[in-house]
Amino acid sequence: MDSLKKMVVKRLAAGAVTVLVVSILIFVGVEALPGDPATAILGQQATPENLAALRKELKLDMPPHVRYFSWVSDVARGDLGRSLTNQRPVAEMIGWRFSNTLFLALAAATVAVPLAILLGMLAALYRESWLDKLLSISSLSAISFPEFFVGYILIAIFAVKLGILPGVASIHSGMGFGQKLLAIVLPTITLMLVVLAHMMRMTRAAIIGILTSPYIEMAKLKGVGRRRIIYHHAIPNALAPIINVVIMDLAWLVVGVVVVEVVFVYPGLGQLLVDAVSKRDLPVVQASGLIFACTYILLNLTADVLSILTNPKLRTAN
Amino acid sequence: MLRLLEEMLQRGEISRRKFLALSAAIGASIALPMGGPSSAAFAAAPKKGGRLRLGLQGGSTSDSMDPAKFNDVYVQMTSMGFLRNPLVEIDAKGNAIPDLAESWEAQPGAKVWVFNLRKGAEFHNGKSVDADDVIFSIQRHQNPELASQIKTLVQPIKVFKKDGPHRVIFELEGPNADFPYLLADTRAPIVPAGTTDFEDGMGTGGYQLVEYEPGVRAFAKRFPNYYKAGRAHFDEVEVTIMGDVNARTTALKTGQVDVINRPDRKTAHLLDRMKEIQLVNVKGGLLYTFPMLCDTPPFDNNDLRLALKYSVDREDMLKTILRGYGVMGNDHPIAPIVKYSAVDLPQRAYDPDKARFHLKKAGLEGETFRLHTSDAAFAGAVDAALLWQRHAKKAGIQVEVVREPVDGYWDNVWNKKPWSACFWFARVTCDWMFTMAYAAEASANDMHWKHPYFNELLVAARGELDDQKRAKMYGEMQSLVRDEGGVVIPMIANMVDAASTKVKFENPAGNQELDGMRAIERWWFDA
Repeated sequence: MDSLKKMVVKRLAAGAVTVLVVSILIFVGVEALPGDPATAILGQQATPENLAALRKELKLDMPPHVRYFSWVSDVARGDLGRSLTNQRPVAEMIGWRFSNTLFLALAAATVAVPLAILLGMLAALYRESWLDKLLSISSLSAISFPEFFVGYILIAIFAVKLGILPGVASIHSGMGFGQKLLAIVLPTITLMLVVLAHMMRMTRAAIIGILTSPYIEMAKLKGVGRRRIIYHHAIPNALAPIINVVIMDLAWLVVGVVVVEVVFVYPGLGQLLVDAVSKRDLPVVQASGLIFACTYILLNLTADVLSILTNPKLRTAN
Repeated sequence: MLRLLEEMLQRGEISRRKFLALSAAIGASIALPMGGPSSAAFAAAPKKGGRLRLGLQGGSTSDSMDPAKFNDVYVQMTSMGFLRNPLVEIDAKGNAIPDLAESWEAQPGAKVWVFNLRKGAEFHNGKSVDADDVIFSIQRHQNPELASQIKTLVQPIKVFKKDGPHRVIFELEGPNADFPYLLADTRAPIVPAGTTDFEDGMGTGGYQLVEYEPGVRAFAKRFPNYYKAGRAHFDEVEVTIMGDVNARTTALKTGQVDVINRPDRKTAHLLDRMKEIQLVNVKGGLLYTFPMLCDTPPFDNNDLRLALKYSVDREDMLKTILRGYGVMGNDHPIAPIVKYSAVDLPQRAYDPDKARFHLKKAGLEGETFRLHTSDAAFAGAVDAALLWQRHAKKAGIQVEVVREPVDGYWDNVWNKKPWSACFWFARVTCDWMFTMAYAAEASANDMHWKHPYFNELLVAARGELDDQKRAKMYGEMQSLVRDEGGVVIPMIANMVDAASTKVKFENPAGNQELDGMRAIERWWFDA
């Protein structure tokens, strides 16, 4: 197990460097955008003197590297800073939104992951049957549509026509848990439809791959039952690739749901990031970027650790 | 046809809603006539109670509640009797009427203005409003470090004088007959003197802020001690920011909200057809403009500018881009709803022959003119430019449409490229509009148009207290902009909002969206 610990530490160190590089890239990227927070805040009617005053107030008159390093040293001390546009603490702005984002991602994952693996296994077991074809066609169709389209179709059917589910998922603190769950049914289904195909197809492919390997043939020849073959021999060996695709989809559920948030007016991190970029609100963009980068790095690491743990060869290697 | 509809409305044969729908259908979208029918249904006093839920575009997570920084729609609405109040209100006819100020008068010469404050008005924290609050709230915008949106508006106030707890005297550096209108601005609400943190939304408005998350949601409860009788009828108000037009429409259709702003004009007529939804279509002043830089060749040639003005088919624009929800523009920025608008000035029409004539006179035949446009300027600005390209071709004018990115449009394109697309909200007075964007020294003069006689008239009209003389001067100025100015204004859009039929209102104003941004204070639920 020592090698595993070593790997985790090494990967975490590499992750820290990655995060630093990401923060530089974000800084340079936002700097390269036309305009600055002052022009974005004051808009079309900005006068040159107003712009100058605001730039001074926001400390934008300092050179870029000074601003970057003062931001880095603040973050190192655990201070994410304040928004340039409304002076609110960034940590406060991000905190509850990130938990909303996680809430939706978790809801989608809770439904999508077991369903995808189950359907994938069924498709593998009955491959080339009408069930397999139906599953493939429907899940691939769902993934081919852009998510806003899927969202609008669901809204049109379930909110507007049937009137059984809310079409707007603007949850807030005054709502109970049950109300929140009801509000996010449609965005959850939308996200589920987008990620289902990936995971299902990967499960199917992994299991089929295993089922054609010699040791399964051997098991069949010595008369092992179909169930035992699947549960005992096939699934444990197919886990690594499945875990990888599941985790990558989880990461997408956290960082890639901006469009779904906009369509359903869901108060998550995505909308904040979009607003912050359009206002060039660097501290907010940076903090969101850091969270997204950390999500990817940590989930990737989790995937690798889990893959190693499921593989006896790697698990015991020293 | 319109006359007939108005008569039917007066006699109560059709409902206001029907009237709005029908008048919009015949393309004569107009403001509801004053007075209205005297039938019991409409004479009934507004009812109290209920929770008004609004789904609005125009809020951002970066919004600040400091009035000096207001730019988005939602925060501006908070100043209009929702959370706070300015001294002056603009009514549906465009008149300045009392809000926190009870009355005002100009001393001869219109340089010194005396404002009497309403007694008994109080902030949500129980403190009563006095002259110190007013002076603090207005004077702070002059602070150069604050970078206020209305710094240039309040700059001419030289002296703020307190005359007892309920009287404030403003001394201006020059005469301004329209001064009270400036104090009706959404950036000029009255806040308690000495406020440094504005995020709690403290003010005198009809509602008290309970919960607020910028760009997401606001929730407020009726302020029991609101000083205005016959206003603020709802018990509670909930605003949800919905940037996506489909989300807003869905929310309205499914009853998750009662009022939305900016429905999609392309499908607004379908929305209006639904039994439980009404379109609030008010003749308004959203100007869609195409400024040309008058100091940059070839647009320094007035004949070219005239050629372009004649080369656009305004009727087609109105029909295609605005879907009838608007009126044709006449190349001057004073919308028909604004006082002193020169409505008797002949409407400029599509005339390829005249356009050809002026192009020839300018000696620019065969040239290609680049029109820089983007949907950042207004929804449909790219389509409008392409449409214009086709109209102009019939006059032998080659227009090349350059599609610019939405991001950074106001920094890199507008007021920089020689010919671009833009939008302006009509200001409540001629002086405001002209001073802000047409005066020679105005930084927002996006035509770089410098006309000495126009500027003389502007100053003279500002100090003129005689109504008729002012009307004449402003008429002349509008005709100068129309014939010599550097802007083509092919159309002026209506203010279009949508609401549940449970929501009632009377004679909504068109100076801003949502009944002059006062829907929350003015509207009520029926039943």
